[in-house]
Amino acid sequence: MDGKNFKGWLYLLPAVIFLGVFMVYPLVDVLIYSLEESYNSASQSFTGVGLFNYSYVLRDPYFLQALKNTFILVMITVPLSTGLALLISVGLSSIKPLRNLFQTVYFLPYVTNTLAVGLVFMILFKKTAYSDGLVNLLINLFGGPSVDFIDGPYWAKMFVLCFYTIWVVLPFKILILTSALASVKQDYYNAARIDGTSKARIFARITLPMISPMMFYLIITGFIGAFKAYSDAVALFGTDLNAAEMNTIVGYVYDMLYGDSGGYPSYASAAAIILFAIVLTITCINLIVSKKLVHY
Amino acid sequence: MKVVLKNLTKKFPGRGKNAADVIAVNDFDTEIPDGKLVGLLGPSGCGKSTVLNLICGLLKPTNGQIFFGDDDITLLPPESRGVGMVFQNYALYPHLTVEKNILFPLQNFKGKDKLSKEEMAKRVKEAAHLVQIDSLLERKPSELSGGQQQRVAIARALVKLPRILLLDEPLSNLDARLRLQTREEIKRIQQETKITTVFVTHDQEEAMSISDMIILMKAGVIHQIGKPQDVYDDPKDLFVAKFLGTPPINVFSGSVKSGRLYIGSAPVLDAAGVRDGDVYVGIRPEGFVPDENGPLECGFKSLEVMGRDVSVVFSNENALVETPRAIVSAENRIDTSSPVIRFSLKPFKTLLFDKETEERIR
Repeated sequence: MDGKNFKGWLYLLPAVIFLGVFMVYPLVDVLIYSLEESYNSASQSFTGVGLFNYSYVLRDPYFLQALKNTFILVMITVPLSTGLALLISVGLSSIKPLRNLFQTVYFLPYVTNTLAVGLVFMILFKKTAYSDGLVNLLINLFGGPSVDFIDGPYWAKMFVLCFYTIWVVLPFKILILTSALASVKQDYYNAARIDGTSKARIFARITLPMISPMMFYLIITGFIGAFKAYSDAVALFGTDLNAAEMNTIVGYVYDMLYGDSGGYPSYASAAAIILFAIVLTITCINLIVSKKLVHY
Repeated sequence: MKVVLKNLTKKFPGRGKNAADVIAVNDFDTEIPDGKLVGLLGPSGCGKSTVLNLICGLLKPTNGQIFFGDDDITLLPPESRGVGMVFQNYALYPHLTVEKNILFPLQNFKGKDKLSKEEMAKRVKEAAHLVQIDSLLERKPSELSGGQQQRVAIARALVKLPRILLLDEPLSNLDARLRLQTREEIKRIQQETKITTVFVTHDQEEAMSISDMIILMKAGVIHQIGKPQDVYDDPKDLFVAKFLGTPPINVFSGSVKSGRLYIGSAPVLDAAGVRDGDVYVGIRPEGFVPDENGPLECGFKSLEVMGRDVSVVFSNENALVETPRAIVSAENRIDTSSPVIRFSLKPFKTLLFDKETEERIR
């Protein structure tokens, strides 16, 4: 090894050590656990090697419920939140008065604690002995029957979860998109205007392609973030998510490790690897699609 | 299409509390004749780009009117004015190919103006051919040189057959050699298309070399309008005289006494009919003739050989410019060993200006 090469590795050493110990080793370990049948962490023993953990997890109704919940959450919140953020950012960048005020208002959820936000949603949606919640009051006002959003039907709970998730991820997306919009040079808009381009066409043919890298970034991170959702569900429905039918994949992994029915690291690892595979697949699809649509 | 600007004024609100309005363009009144290439010339910050933006409609005038031919277009938005504009940094859409960039304005046509696909393709081809970028149509703007981008921008502005073509500092982003070449190109394209063209520049050489007419402005006000040679030969005031010409005009302080012009104590020329008093004397570099018996005695500093001509750098205590320069034919053998050089002056290259108003004294 020549001196130059050695020096390079020396500089990389701290990062390599930390990444190796805290990222690579656990990843490999999880993969190994997921293949070891009935592994016991206390005695460090297992009975065999194979895919049994995977077949168990994939047949577990709680996991299937979590999988379904996660997919619904992803498919609803990612497009909706990205679209809404785009709409709001475009609106924000086309107004002058009160722009800073609105920017602050839209950004507030980002700096607010998740559990505090959960509490606010409780007040909005939860049925208690004293009131049916603010939203139900509104529904009643228009003549509808009260709905129990927290302990009621599945669709109502899913609605609240999606609503909450969108509301929480919106500020970051708005922040990114407003700055992306601001970085598009005014000259392009001037040139387009002089050429008689309609507003809709300017948006579709100039604005969107110009901010497409940022849109793509938001969609990818949005997918990954939504697949890893857990704390949002806990904030709304408490820790016993299986009972509430509102578990997510990450929630299932947690329950398998530490929950009341927990203590099964092998099942947890298998579920985590399945999640990893799903996210990897979706991200790859995103990358392929983006090659065609994103302009750099 | 001729362009008439009538009492055009543009004020911008000042910054800070109680700041006065900034007057970018003040009572601009001129007519740009049909089919001509007109240079809007002035030092930076003089409001020339503002005038261009008023013509294309990106800015609304505070006062005054703009006519294209006989149509009053003062209140029309830019998209309805039918102007083509080339921006200083070209503003080519980076995500579209050259072809799509040029096609873009055509796709905006609506209703009865709408073109068929074949018609559009034909127009794009014609425009590309006019600016000689036929072979670049598939490329993205980032894969082009500055000069090529410039051509694409011109093609994009021309493809919709605008009534007026506007160019904002079209050559400022090009290197010196390309600048020479491109300005000839602009002249050629303008002559081929016969579209009334206004271009903005702060480079007097650029404006003089290709314009049919130049409008010289300073601080939002027109100082002089005319053919480049006429304005150069017959400037209205000291600003115009100083702004045009390289090397610049040499300014001396002088005086007129009983019909003779003096620089210092040297009587240099007859000045019949001029009122006695102090004046600025502007002498073009080519107005000096080396002459052993010449009246103007100067200190000789150096000689710069340029081949056909030589440039004599000299000193004179009455000169108001730092390094006065005379351009003389190389056939005049200058005695470089002598510390003194004497000139006589060509009367029509010597211009007098009022000390107070800086207006020309004729």
